[in-house]
Amino acid sequence: MEEPIVQYKNIRKSFGDVEVLKGINLDIMPGEKVALIGPSGSGKTTIIRLLMTLEQPTGGIIEVNGENLWLMQNKKNELVEADDKHLRKIRGDIGMVFQHFNLFPHMTILENCMLAPTIVKKKDKADVKKTALEMLDKVGLSDKVDLYPSQLSGGQKQRVAMARALMMRPKVMLFDEVTSALDPELVGEVLEVIRDLAKAGDMAMILVTHEMDFALDIADRVLFLNEGTIEEEGHPTEILVNPKSERLKDFLTRFTNSR
Amino acid sequence: MAITEITLMLMRGIKVTLIVLVLSIILSSLIALIAGLSRVYHNKLLTGFTGFYVEIFRGTSLIVQLFWFSYALPGLFNIHLGSDIWVAVLAISLNYGAYMSEIVRGAILSVPQGQTEASIALNLTRFQRMRHIIVPQAIRMMLPEYGNYLIQILKATSLVSLIGLTDLLYYGNIYRSTHLTEAPTVYMIILLLYFLLALPLIGFTRKMEKVAKKGVVHG
Amino acid sequence: MTWSWDVFINVIPIIFKGLWITVGLTIACYLFAMIFGFFWVFMSRIPWRPVNWLFRWIAEFIRSTPPLVQLFFIYYAWPAIPVIGVTLNPFVAAILGLGIHFSTYTSEVYRSGIESVDKGQWEASTALNLSTAQKWRHIILPQAIPPTIPMLGNYLIIMFKEVPLASTIGVVAMLHLANDYGAQYYKYVEPLTVVALFFLLLSYPSALLIGRLEKKYNRRFDKKTATL
Repeated sequence: MEEPIVQYKNIRKSFGDVEVLKGINLDIMPGEKVALIGPSGSGKTTIIRLLMTLEQPTGGIIEVNGENLWLMQNKKNELVEADDKHLRKIRGDIGMVFQHFNLFPHMTILENCMLAPTIVKKKDKADVKKTALEMLDKVGLSDKVDLYPSQLSGGQKQRVAMARALMMRPKVMLFDEVTSALDPELVGEVLEVIRDLAKAGDMAMILVTHEMDFALDIADRVLFLNEGTIEEEGHPTEILVNPKSERLKDFLTRFTNSR
Repeated sequence: MAITEITLMLMRGIKVTLIVLVLSIILSSLIALIAGLSRVYHNKLLTGFTGFYVEIFRGTSLIVQLFWFSYALPGLFNIHLGSDIWVAVLAISLNYGAYMSEIVRGAILSVPQGQTEASIALNLTRFQRMRHIIVPQAIRMMLPEYGNYLIQILKATSLVSLIGLTDLLYYGNIYRSTHLTEAPTVYMIILLLYFLLALPLIGFTRKMEKVAKKGVVHG
Repeated sequence: MTWSWDVFINVIPIIFKGLWITVGLTIACYLFAMIFGFFWVFMSRIPWRPVNWLFRWIAEFIRSTPPLVQLFFIYYAWPAIPVIGVTLNPFVAAILGLGIHFSTYTSEVYRSGIESVDKGQWEASTALNLSTAQKWRHIILPQAIPPTIPMLGNYLIIMFKEVPLASTIGVVAMLHLANDYGAQYYKYVEPLTVVALFFLLLSYPSALLIGRLEKKYNRRFDKKTATL
């Protein structure tokens, strides 16, 4: 049987006195597309931020390819807190697209895409440029490569952000409410790119999203989070069309009504 | 003509003024960058030490520091910098380096958190993050204030005559002491010369204000 | 020359006498700068371009040339100007010189405070039919002044550290006393260190206080949120 690429084992996370994750267990298989839905404050963004090492869990273990993310063995075979080198090694398999894009405003679109492969992976600049141009073409921005982020629309910025993350060839890609900061008419173009990526197959994807129809369309599995626990999980149609728990029903009704 | 005579006399001092100005700008900028970066670096000893330096130099007065250095360095520490120019440059640079390190620190801290997160997600090292993402953006943000400080440094160079350097003001004072009635002309010309030196710095500051407003330099 | 604690202890009371003169002169210069700052704001609001432009450049000129030279101008050159020239005592010269120099800064602070008031506030007061004086008194100034308090406080500290310039035209305050002592006994470092310590003792706590004021007012007035 195939091994999961990411495993959350009883993950807990508190901010001060507030416990936002109360023991999360979750396996992600290679190539699997998982959508996280739930009310705001349910902890769904925290789940992916922990994997990206933007936050540190207060309890539990996260494993990537069977390797512990936050702990490592030192020379005496003791488990110690992971150092930067260990984190960077594991992080190489993970990419992330942010709600607010977080493009580098002082670099052109092309430079945004070329930076990490050139300085982190130390690849040849000419090769990187070629790949970056291909990647930007794929997201439909080949005519914008020399512009700065401030000259783009939100949807275009988000497509650049995806190209930039893809340049690192991650095995797991995290999407943090990538359409929430966009004007409604720009959401479509971004979802289109993600859909293409999902169809291409081999990359695992974890999406925190409010786009239910979209989740239904591309996800292999949908997780409903509520107050720091996974309340219900299953196939998209099962979750979205035939919800079992009252809270999920409640959430879905409120969600459809508010649209 | 008195005006030509006075101007010619003053020209003998402009070299010292310019040397002190240029050296002070270079040295204080270096100090500001190093001290500013040390204050955001996660090392208690380093942060504490630079914090101490900054507070001492911001808390006392430049003119007092200038006198202190010019008497204490040779007397107390037996350090002879060769010429008083270096005493002046050192005092001015340490003083303004302390002030400007605060704008470096402020600018670095004002780079949005998302930039750090994106750098982590792209697996950049801490050094790469500073060098490619944070510092270039911080520099852009601090340039207008930096320009203002350059004008302050220019004004501060007038103090060096007080420790015996033969700058613009020194020659002005010499001339005035022998031509008392021409004092208004002498000081007005000195002020105008300083203003001429300040004009490019004023222009630089205004331009940088526009750049910083846009956030990004295009092209 | 070596460091002597005896000299250090001895000069403390001598310099301390000058501390009050330094503090007093600081306050006098500062009040002058605060009041005269309104002059520049007023001049820049005269609805006639040439006057506007002229006063803006005069202010720029004063702001970007050394206060030391301006002090010398007022003290040494002013009396030599025909008709309007009068000899000033060093105190008055210092108050005028430093006061005018820093008024070009306080005016900028006032200006930024006025500009920080939302345009809608002017429109709303017009819509409510307030007179010009009423607009300023009830709507604009109450909103424009509080955010400038930390900045104005900063300038008080900066003024305090610029006041020793007055010793060059003969105001006998801390720095002057230290240099006199040095000239008499050829002991400069100890008195100068005492002067520096007194400066630190007063300005560091003041800076901390202003930092707290800044936080307080920023919290109340900063409506901006960071997004990129």
